[in-house]
Amino acid sequence: MGDPLYAHGVDLAVVLITILKVVLTFVFLLVAVLLYIWWERKFISDLQNRIGPDRAGPYGILQSLADGVKVFFKEDLLPAEADRRIYRLAPYLAAVPAFTAFAIIPVGDTISIAGHETYLQLANPPIGVLFLLAMSSIAVYGVFLAGWSSGSKYPLLGSVRASAQMISYEAAMSLAVAAVVLVTGSLTTRDIWTHQHPWNWNLWQLGVVPFLIYIVAATAEVNRPPFDLVEAEQELVGGYMTEYAGVRFALYYLAEFMNTITVSAVAVTLFLGGPSGPHIDFLPALWPVVWFFLKLFVFVSAYVWLRATLPRLRYDQLMDLGWKRLIPLSLYWLLLVAALRIGDDANWPWGPSHSAWNAVTIVACVAGAGIVYFGGLGAAIRVGAKRVEEESERAGGVRV
Amino acid sequence: MGLFDGFKVTMSQVFRPRVTVPYPQKKRPKPLRFHGRHVLNRYEDGMEKCIGCELCAGVCPARCIYVRGADNPPDDPVSPGERYGFVYEINYLRCIHCDLCVEACPTEAITESKLFEFSFTDRRDAVYTRDELLVDDQGMPKKQPWEDWRPGDERNTSAWMRATSPNGVAAYEGQVAWSGELGFGVRPPEKGQAVEDVTGDAPMPEGEIAAADAAPPVGERPEDKH
Repeated sequence: MGDPLYAHGVDLAVVLITILKVVLTFVFLLVAVLLYIWWERKFISDLQNRIGPDRAGPYGILQSLADGVKVFFKEDLLPAEADRRIYRLAPYLAAVPAFTAFAIIPVGDTISIAGHETYLQLANPPIGVLFLLAMSSIAVYGVFLAGWSSGSKYPLLGSVRASAQMISYEAAMSLAVAAVVLVTGSLTTRDIWTHQHPWNWNLWQLGVVPFLIYIVAATAEVNRPPFDLVEAEQELVGGYMTEYAGVRFALYYLAEFMNTITVSAVAVTLFLGGPSGPHIDFLPALWPVVWFFLKLFVFVSAYVWLRATLPRLRYDQLMDLGWKRLIPLSLYWLLLVAALRIGDDANWPWGPSHSAWNAVTIVACVAGAGIVYFGGLGAAIRVGAKRVEEESERAGGVRV
Repeated sequence: MGLFDGFKVTMSQVFRPRVTVPYPQKKRPKPLRFHGRHVLNRYEDGMEKCIGCELCAGVCPARCIYVRGADNPPDDPVSPGERYGFVYEINYLRCIHCDLCVEACPTEAITESKLFEFSFTDRRDAVYTRDELLVDDQGMPKKQPWEDWRPGDERNTSAWMRATSPNGVAAYEGQVAWSGELGFGVRPPEKGQAVEDVTGDAPMPEGEIAAADAAPPVGERPEDKH
C-alpha cells in the first residue's frame, strides 16, 4: 500500500509536493542535528554538574551553528599519500546514508496539501526495513574507505576497529529487527507502525528483549558511548577520521549525530509505536507528530544519559558482548517468536489462548529450550576460552 | 543493581547547584588571604614603610623584584628609617605571587591586594614601578587603566604579625594582632586571634586586651615618627 499521493497519477503538483517533502526532511534533519549536538552538550553538562556551552545565543543554542561556520572556513587538508578520489568520496558515503535512512520513518499520519493526500513520511518503499539495514551497511563503507584512503596507518587501524564493530553488531540488530518484521508480516515502516497502533507496541508485543538488543546493538552501530571505541581518544590517535579536517571532518561529525537520531527514530518506529499516542480531538493531524518527536527526544536524551554514565568497553569485551551474547540471544528470541507465531497460525492446542495450563507449559518449554541453548553456548564458549588458554601457555604465557 | 546506581548518580547531578561559575560575568568571592597585585604601604603620616633593605628582592624565588635603597634626605625624609626604597620595581611577567616578599618584609611595606585581573598589552606595563605600587595618601592603591579593580580588592592587605610587635614596643610583646591598614584602620580579630592565645585554649586576660587597645595605633607611636 503506497503513499496515496501517487494513487491518482503523477502531475506537477505531486512532483512539487514530493520535492517539498524532500527539502523539509533535509532541512529538518540538519536543524535537528544542530539542536541535538547542542542539547547533548548541554544535557551532559547537566549530568556532570557543569554549565556547558552558553556563549553563542541564548543558552548557547547557536553553538553548533558557530562550530559549523568555523569548520567550513578551515583548510581542507589532503594527505600526500591519500588515495585522492576515495578520500574525497568517503565522507559522503558516511553522511548520505545517514540522511537517506530517515526518509522512510513515518513521523505522522496522513495530511492533505492542496487537495492531495500524503503520508507524513518522505517515502514508504515496500522493502522498508531492509532499506534501513542497507543504508547502515553503506555507512560502514564510509568508515573503512576513510581509513584506507588516508594513506596513514593510524586511520587504517581505526577504520578496521570501527568497521569490525559496526559489522559485528549489525547481525544482532538485524535479528532484533527481524522479530519485528515477523510479527508485523510486512517490511514497510508504515505497516509496522499501523500494526502497533494504538497501544500494541512491539516493546511488549515481543517481550522487552528484542528492544533491548536493538538499542544495545544500535548504540554500538552508531559508535556512541559506551561503544565509542572508534574515537576512544585515550587509546587512539583519532580513529578513522584522523586525517580529515574542515568540511569533510564536519561531514563525519554530522553523520554520527544524524545516525544517532536515525537509529532512535527507527527504534521509536519499530518498538515504541512510532507516532501513536493518546488520541486528542483538537488538531488530530498534529498530535501524532508531537508524540513521535516526544518519543524521539526522550530516546536521544537517554543516549546522552548513557554517555554520561557508562565507562567505555574494552575491545574484547565489545566483541564478546556482540558475538557471544547478543547474537545468540537475539537468535533465540527470534526463534521463540517464530515458534509462537506458528503455533498461533496453525491453531495448535498448546497456544496460550486455549487454557492457562498451556501457558505454564509454554513457559516451561521456553525455559527448557533456553537452558539447553544457552547451556550449550556457554559450554562452547568455555571450551573456546580453555583452548585459548592452552595456546597461550604453549606460546610461553603470551595471550594470543 | 550496581549497573543502575551509576545512572542515579549522573541524574542526581542535574538537580544540584552548578559548580561552574561563568567567570567574567560572575566572580567567586576571593579568599581573605588571596595573593594579588602588590601595594607599597605608607604610614598614616604619609611616610613610606619601605626602608630599602632588599630582603624582599633577596627572598623572591622568581627574581622579579628589583630594589635599590638610598639614604633618606635629612631635611625631607621619605621613610621613618635611615634609608628608603629609592627604586622599587616588580616584574609581573615573572612574579608568581608566592607572598614570600610580604613575609620577608620587616616593616610590612609590601603587601598583596586581591587584584589579579590586570592584563597589560605592553611589556613595559608589566614592570610596576615604585610610583605605581605605592598607595596614595588615603592608603588606596593607585589603579592603572588596565587593571580591573573590584570592590574589596584593596581590603585586608595588612599583614598578620606573629607573636610579636613589628616595632618592638613592649606593650605588644608576645601578642598576636593585625597591624594597621591605611585607609581601613585595624582589622577586627578573627577567631583565635588577640582574645585567645595562639593555641586557642587559654583566653588572654582582659587587662592585657585593654592595654593592647590603649596602645596608640600604628603611625601615631613615637617610634613611627623617627
